[in-house]
Amino acid sequence: MAHVGRCQRRTAICAVLCSLLMLSFPAHSAQAPPLNVEEVAPGVMVHGGKQQVWSATNLGDVANLGFVVGRDCVAVIDTGGSPALGYRLLAAVRDHTPLPVCYVINTHVHPDHILGNAVFAALEPRPRFVAHARLAASLRAREPFYRQAVERELNVRLAADDVVYPDLVVESMVELDLGDRILSLRAWPTAHTDNDLTVLDTRTGTLFLGDLLFAGHLPVIDGRLNGWLAVIDELATLEIRLAVPGHGPPDRNWPSALNLQRSYLASVRDRTRVAIADGMTITETVTSLAEVGTEGWLLADEFHQRNLTAAYAELEWED
Amino acid sequence: MKAMQSLFLASLLALGIVHGSAHAQRSDPNDPDANVTWQQVRASMFQARAIEGETNTVISLDAPERAQDAAIVPIAIRTHFEQTSDRYIEKVYLVIDNNPSPVGAIFHFTPQSGRADIETRVRIDAYTHVRAIAEMNDGELFMATRFVKASGGCSAPPGKDMTAAMASLGKMRFRVEGDLEPGKPALAQLMISHPNNSGLVMDQLTRLYTPAYFVRKIQVSYAGEPVLTADVDFSISENPNFRFYFIPRTEGELKAEVIDTNDLHFATALTVAPQ
Repeated sequence: MAHVGRCQRRTAICAVLCSLLMLSFPAHSAQAPPLNVEEVAPGVMVHGGKQQVWSATNLGDVANLGFVVGRDCVAVIDTGGSPALGYRLLAAVRDHTPLPVCYVINTHVHPDHILGNAVFAALEPRPRFVAHARLAASLRAREPFYRQAVERELNVRLAADDVVYPDLVVESMVELDLGDRILSLRAWPTAHTDNDLTVLDTRTGTLFLGDLLFAGHLPVIDGRLNGWLAVIDELATLEIRLAVPGHGPPDRNWPSALNLQRSYLASVRDRTRVAIADGMTITETVTSLAEVGTEGWLLADEFHQRNLTAAYAELEWED
Repeated sequence: MKAMQSLFLASLLALGIVHGSAHAQRSDPNDPDANVTWQQVRASMFQARAIEGETNTVISLDAPERAQDAAIVPIAIRTHFEQTSDRYIEKVYLVIDNNPSPVGAIFHFTPQSGRADIETRVRIDAYTHVRAIAEMNDGELFMATRFVKASGGCSAPPGKDMTAAMASLGKMRFRVEGDLEPGKPALAQLMISHPNNSGLVMDQLTRLYTPAYFVRKIQVSYAGEPVLTADVDFSISENPNFRFYFIPRTEGELKAEVIDTNDLHFATALTVAPQ
């Protein structure tokens, strides 16, 4: 047992060193180990990110990433929380198909979903980068802060062109053809963020929801709580076979994961409304509800109080 | 006027620092005096005057140990005596060392304020000391300091929905809390719908920074007498929110006037009748 433990430790150390080397010498990235991906439906691959906050240990491997393979080319859906992870995702694509990557779709602005973009931007020919029409404005406002956060929390210094902006934007609906395979993209009103985009693989009925859906991982509000609840009601009416959340395992019993998420968000809304009506301040509200309504969710310590803060600031303006 | 100039001076100083280096200032939680920005702010605003720190019994500061949401960090500045015409806090400075504009607000109080307490919400991205400095009517200075850790990951100081923020621009809500007794400090809350953005956003095509757009001045009076005047900037969160005191005496109008950096004026008023 002791022997096994030491090996595991050595492997862990190697993993860290390897990733550090990879960061310093991107040219070595060709040898980056491919990310584990699972074929959740024919031609639809998903990498399950860790249910953790991002850190130097996981190099931003906390969000679900995926790709869909058509007859002519591949669409990548989210690229991970660091360029290092982007290399590993590209390696996974290369393991599965020699077809070119024609689209990189970002489901929203958060760094754990977009910071692998640069790896794909360097491909020849360069894929189109597709996002919600409001992603660019949000990214422009947040880019300096994301750069700081990545340096502080991942020990990764991003190069100037590591943050890639979209060149094909979705105002409402857009269809992308990968060759005998249509992806239907839909831009949503403000919900998890103000730039959430879903991707439906029409051939298999697989819907990539980005962070419009969390499973296991506590949902995080960075847009508008009321808007998100409204979007959830609309999502629930969609007929899909498989839902891929931004965090947590895919759901084959749609809309079961969505319903769990709705319960949590509705409880945050309802309890915060009561606190506001009772004249409690934002701090009193966050303190008193800090442990309430999070049963069964992961990462509640990291995100629940943040949700209460955002909910209060939104709901105090309700009539 | 002088305070406003100081606020801008300190802000510009800090902008130079932030934009001059790619890195945010780092702060040692155990050494609040060491931060370079603070030393510059201190020199420009207080020169060599003595500031009594944690041992003081005048002012304290409540802030979370960790910013939950970088865009909305609630803070409460509490003072520990009632304002009298003999002895009162004239100004409270709010300083956030590692923000792009470290002097986030200068609040001016009068004996009519009753108490020089203030609660608001600020933007905090980097690990930083937050300071509340009280300046007495006799010029004495007292400071309370808290260290706040930045929030992790995807949280960022800019707003969550920029389009929505502009759509409700200038809407205000004003209310007083509890039963009002003549002569006793009463708590009021002012909410202002405003994007209050920093403008520190570079346009990728032009390489120019978009102009900042924020509330810069708030004037609150009761029965014609000033209660609270605040010079503020974009360290204050979107939809600026202030809780503060005034002393109701007879029936009178509690009035708030707000001016933003586009020189738009917003006003709201409330008739107050103590029992």
